[in-house]
Amino acid sequence: MTAKEQKRQPLSTGSEWTFELIQAYDREISRIAERYALDTYPNQIEVITAEQMMDAYASVGMPLGYHHWSYGKHFLSTEKSYTRGQMGLAYEIVINSDPCIAYLMEENTICMQALVVAHACYGHNSFFKGNYLFRTWTDASSIIDYLVFAKQYIMQCEERHGIDAVEDLLDSCHALMNYGVDRYKRPYPISAEEERRRQKDREEHLQKQINDLWRTIPKSADKNSERDNARFPAEPQENILYFIEKHAPLLEPWQREVVRIVRKIAQYFYPQRQTQVMNEGWATFWHYTLMNDLYDEGLVTDGFMMEFLQSHTSVVYQPGFDSPYYNGINPYALGFAMYRDIRRMCEHPTDEDRHWFPDIAGSDWLSTIKFAMSSFKDESFILQYLSPQVIRDLKLFSILDDDQRDDLLVPAIHDEPGYRTIRETLAAQYNLGNREPNVQIWSIDRRGDRSLTLRHQQHDRKPLGESTDEVLKHLHRLWGFDIHLDTLQGDQLVKTHHVPPKTEHSEGDYGRLDLAVVHL
Amino acid sequence: MSYVIDRRLNGKNKSTVNRQRFLRRYRDHIKKAVEEAVSRRSITDMEHGEQISIPGRDIDEPVLHHGRGGKQTVVHPGNKEFTAGEHIARPQGGGGGGKGPGKAGNSGEGMDEFVFQITQEEFLEFMFEDLELPNLVKRNLTGTDTYKTVRAGISNEGNPSRINIIRTLRSAHARRIALSGSSRAKLKEAKAELDRLRREEPDNFGDIQEVEAEIQRLSTRIHRVPFLDTFDLKYNLLVKHPSPSSKAVMFCLMDVSGSMTQATKDIAKRFFILLYLFLKRNYDKIEVVFIRHHTSAREVDEEEFFYSRETGGTIVSSALKLMQEIMAERYPTNEWNIYAAQASDGDNWNDDSPICREILTKQIMPFVQYYTYVEITPREHQALWFEYERIGESFADTFAQQQLVSAGDIYPVFRELFQRRLAT
Repeated sequence: MTAKEQKRQPLSTGSEWTFELIQAYDREISRIAERYALDTYPNQIEVITAEQMMDAYASVGMPLGYHHWSYGKHFLSTEKSYTRGQMGLAYEIVINSDPCIAYLMEENTICMQALVVAHACYGHNSFFKGNYLFRTWTDASSIIDYLVFAKQYIMQCEERHGIDAVEDLLDSCHALMNYGVDRYKRPYPISAEEERRRQKDREEHLQKQINDLWRTIPKSADKNSERDNARFPAEPQENILYFIEKHAPLLEPWQREVVRIVRKIAQYFYPQRQTQVMNEGWATFWHYTLMNDLYDEGLVTDGFMMEFLQSHTSVVYQPGFDSPYYNGINPYALGFAMYRDIRRMCEHPTDEDRHWFPDIAGSDWLSTIKFAMSSFKDESFILQYLSPQVIRDLKLFSILDDDQRDDLLVPAIHDEPGYRTIRETLAAQYNLGNREPNVQIWSIDRRGDRSLTLRHQQHDRKPLGESTDEVLKHLHRLWGFDIHLDTLQGDQLVKTHHVPPKTEHSEGDYGRLDLAVVHL
Repeated sequence: MSYVIDRRLNGKNKSTVNRQRFLRRYRDHIKKAVEEAVSRRSITDMEHGEQISIPGRDIDEPVLHHGRGGKQTVVHPGNKEFTAGEHIARPQGGGGGGKGPGKAGNSGEGMDEFVFQITQEEFLEFMFEDLELPNLVKRNLTGTDTYKTVRAGISNEGNPSRINIIRTLRSAHARRIALSGSSRAKLKEAKAELDRLRREEPDNFGDIQEVEAEIQRLSTRIHRVPFLDTFDLKYNLLVKHPSPSSKAVMFCLMDVSGSMTQATKDIAKRFFILLYLFLKRNYDKIEVVFIRHHTSAREVDEEEFFYSRETGGTIVSSALKLMQEIMAERYPTNEWNIYAAQASDGDNWNDDSPICREILTKQIMPFVQYYTYVEITPREHQALWFEYERIGESFADTFAQQQLVSAGDIYPVFRELFQRRLAT
């Protein structure tokens, strides 16, 4: 008679999970997800232990990675904080692959398992499949194969050239990993088959090209001299690792291949770094929606729902700037708030919404939210969709910190004149181009000392961090000859770095550095 | 469509290699930390690992990033009292870097040290890294993990290459007899009956046919008993015995005369324990013999060795004599690796010291792998030390003596004593 009586039996009442139960929940969640037409890869749900979760953690989310000490370091620190109870393990890790692999931890209750299934297997999964960055930059069907190839290749290199040689090379590549991506060019999707097939040809071909570039035999006629003296590369190169792979004079073919592997893996992670807010927000929005639907259908108990809400609220908790727990803006909180707000604007628009978002207000929420998910990255997503409502809810304000002034300025807060400024500032904050210094390869001295010159275009006088010299040493190891880095503010040269340091040019803050040993 | 897979039984130590790589890379840091830990902590708690901390800057992976300074605008949540255009004082310790007012409180908590835990195994590994008992190689040619395979009778299970054919056929035969015995007896009777019938009543076809059918029935029944059944198979059983060269005995000799204080004994104890731990890593089976002495020597258990009190004078040779007797009686040198460690404060009855040298040189040194003598005293050496020095001259490879003053000296001295030498 009443709604309660029409409800179906709950799937489970206790907190223990079984494989049958996980399957039952997955079936129901999948049925509801279909109602929203979420397009996903097939799911492969793997149940693992806490130790295995730590392993997965340590390999920064790659289901299998090559061996490197830095992963060991990661593992040790995870292990330490976990065994001391300072940190719970992540509930889930999900891999952008086809089928989409999600890890569930053995220790969790059935409620958490269901939450993770909804979050990872339907939230993240549909994001991986739908978002344009992932579609352009990664090939979900081949990533596992490629990682297997990379692992084997690096293992072979270790056998052939020794662990130290490979480790040094990887250290140097890792230092430049964030500069191993073409930001503006669409890359080729990576595929293990292709790689293996072409690797041999490439080795020979590459070496030939390099020899050509560094040819020292004098040309018979002078007609080439003009081309010869032209700056190389003709355009500044943002993809430093690519440049190294193609043009470093001293690297052996296997070393170029390793550079390439690191570069390809950087490329695989590139979309993830640009869609943190969107991706987590999307997954959180869907686990919230799907779990509530389960509850509305009477498939889960009240206790289950309380447990779910408890973890959900702690995931989307945003401490204020003055809280001791404050550690920047929580991407889960921001993303979740924004997707919820888009839905609200579609379903219950206010006058303000109609004024700010005439296209969205009152439209079909599902297609609007899917469009938002598929066509943006964090920066543009915030610029497009951050509404006054969310700004007010989170009480966002900005702080201008200028080192030439004694005090800080509050340029904008969550009020009518401030909304646009806040939105633009926050969006810029998620622009990778702003977050990372703009360093590009400017030129190489082909006919002289073969030195490599980089240019850092400074923005708002933001200096380079203190590990810059270390990074340059790594670059020096890869390049094999002198490295210069010029920092420019506009057209004005403000600071230079050199490896090895120029002694006659001694600048006060530049101590004598030991040369990185070239083991290569 | 979703698949749920149980991966819990898969290997969980995927990160072991990476962990080893990490330890390998920072082995100098770790070794230093281990050495400090050893001199700090009491040797009785060698049973757990150690927390190692490495300065954060040594371990950072450098990347290009923005440093502090310049002009930075950052959005923060949770505004309470700020209004647009307001100027606020720069918080202490923030120093710019785009950190909002809230950051100031946190800036002191930076992680300067990378701290992690190594296991006891790894701890000892680092501690013993370039220590190696001299002459270990000589007597220990087969290594600690060698086993001899010895026959140990017959078993019902095993692999096909070990089938014992005679035993197998014998048991098959026995089974066939047991299962077909009664049928055979009846068959015999039936055959006799048939013979009789043929001879005496050749026309009685009915009976003859009946008996023939009976014979037919019985022989099929006998044939149905298989020639060989899995049940019959017998295998030679082989078991592994650890080879005897992996056995070691450690003699602990200590002076417990009145001049030895509890503090001195504690130092000696630590030395013995360190030696024991070291041997434990190299031998499967270790026996420890405790001999204490004042004017006379006695073999005692560990508790009594370290903690019971005695007074009186000192005759070291009594202990050496006892040790020699025990060696001869219980530890034949072809089966045992013998190590001895002697601790004393250097006091001895003067006339006794030459006797000690005599016993050691003739009856002990030729049979032991290594003999160490530690003298725990801040005072001048006495006759015993000088006599022992002469032994050291004739047995340079197998005899070592050192002086200890405080507990902190043990580890360096221990290292000194067992400094890796080229096995000759």
